[in-house]
Amino acid sequence: MSRPGAGTGRTARTARVAHAGAIHEAHPHAAGVQLADGRVLAEDAVVWLPPVQPGTVVALGLNYADHVQELAKELARPAAPSDSEPLVFFKTAASLLGHRGLTWRPRAVRFMHYECELAVIIGHGGRNIAEPDAMAHVAGYTVANDYAIRDYLENWHRPNLRVKNRDGATVLGPWFVPAAEVGDPHALALRTWVNGKLVQQGHTSNMVHRVAPLVAWLSRFMTLAPGDVILTGTPEGVVNVDAGDEVVCEIEGIGRLVNTLADDAAFGR
Amino acid sequence: MSLTAASTPAGSDALPALDVAPWRLTGTVVGAAIADPALLDALGERVGQAPYRGAPRAPVLYVKPRHTLAAACSAFTLPAGADAVEVAATLALVIGHTACRVDAAAAAGCIAARALAVDLGLPLVSWYRPAAPARALDGSLRLGPPQPAAADVAAAPATLQVFVDGRLAQQVDTGRFLRTSAQLVAEVSEFMTLAAGDVLLVGLPHAAPLVRGGQRVHIEGSGLGSLQFTVEGAP
Repeated sequence: MSRPGAGTGRTARTARVAHAGAIHEAHPHAAGVQLADGRVLAEDAVVWLPPVQPGTVVALGLNYADHVQELAKELARPAAPSDSEPLVFFKTAASLLGHRGLTWRPRAVRFMHYECELAVIIGHGGRNIAEPDAMAHVAGYTVANDYAIRDYLENWHRPNLRVKNRDGATVLGPWFVPAAEVGDPHALALRTWVNGKLVQQGHTSNMVHRVAPLVAWLSRFMTLAPGDVILTGTPEGVVNVDAGDEVVCEIEGIGRLVNTLADDAAFGR
Repeated sequence: MSLTAASTPAGSDALPALDVAPWRLTGTVVGAAIADPALLDALGERVGQAPYRGAPRAPVLYVKPRHTLAAACSAFTLPAGADAVEVAATLALVIGHTACRVDAAAAAGCIAARALAVDLGLPLVSWYRPAAPARALDGSLRLGPPQPAAADVAAAPATLQVFVDGRLAQQVDTGRFLRTSAQLVAEVSEFMTLAAGDVLLVGLPHAAPLVRGGQRVHIEGSGLGSLQFTVEGAP
């Protein structure tokens, strides 16, 4: 069998897909994907699940200076300067969705937007991890599209879960990409397209709080465990999306994550 | 490490057993952060001013991730730099049937059991964007044994007592909270499906007692049993 990374376990990029009654590990293939058992299938012949079974999902708010600028008008308080502590919140499993999935876009809201983010997957867990050691705790990366509905924003425990922890509105995938394959996580371009039109462009070099200091900071109050996911924030360029729109988030060298928005009717509302 | 194997929550050994369907907890725990009208009363005019600009409309929620879950009676160690922790006793609702866009009448039937819960956090001075460490410290959540209940009891309020070193430090009546348990389940389920085995904490009481290193906490509630633990100073 010639699948990439065969016999080397986690050195190759992997996806989790459902096909014909079971959940499989899959690898990239010229014709689509190849399951661990050798079957080759088209990309649309499988159901894409988040590429890892996430443990705790941590999300960063306002982690790109340009995005902070973009939101300045609605921030009731000046945003954090770069020397302050990261703004983090947690998400639940119900919010997660895989590649090529459908996300509900309520008809009644005025401003729902995507957020293309680099997702960091923790490998070796730990507590009080020193910054110089932090990258050894990163197993790999994937792409996240963490939707928000700004109509529901309230100024208590921001960002409130009604905005940021909606069913199926945190999209992960398609691939888990091992850290060794990525190298420097701060040398990657991020781009989002809506219906083929480029709407968001950024670069991971512009993160306010970078991956290594984030891992170190988080581990000062929480024990990180294998499978924990850190969503590292989004750059500027968020615009409203509507039902029927196809949203593609791409991070250089990591993957291209596709999601489609669906109307109330598709969700029985 | 296998990232494709089922990830066992770090605190899974701290998840209490459940003797009724759905038989086990998922480890997902969400709580209502602002539930006690006494907090809004204490903030007074500030509620209408920046940064809040008005009372909250939808339930204000927070997540207790898996690292926060500790065995009910294990000692809690204060984080470095803290000399006390706020001990918030509350009621945990154990979801028995998936709650997705349910109304309040149907929500009560989604609750399989109730349990005592205690959430340990650092005191907040602002509710605008609380720092994550304040409410997500390692070992900061403890759940008592779930008590299976019929729908009418499952959705009923509870009165809890918090004793510190044997003295009554706070009585929490969840009946005074902004929403009934059924209303809370219903409003959360509008945007966030609660699955069988998920836990919803009904709310943090205002002015929860501050407990210092070396002190002992005992919490009880009628029909809910009790839980006790000690707080230890930072190493």
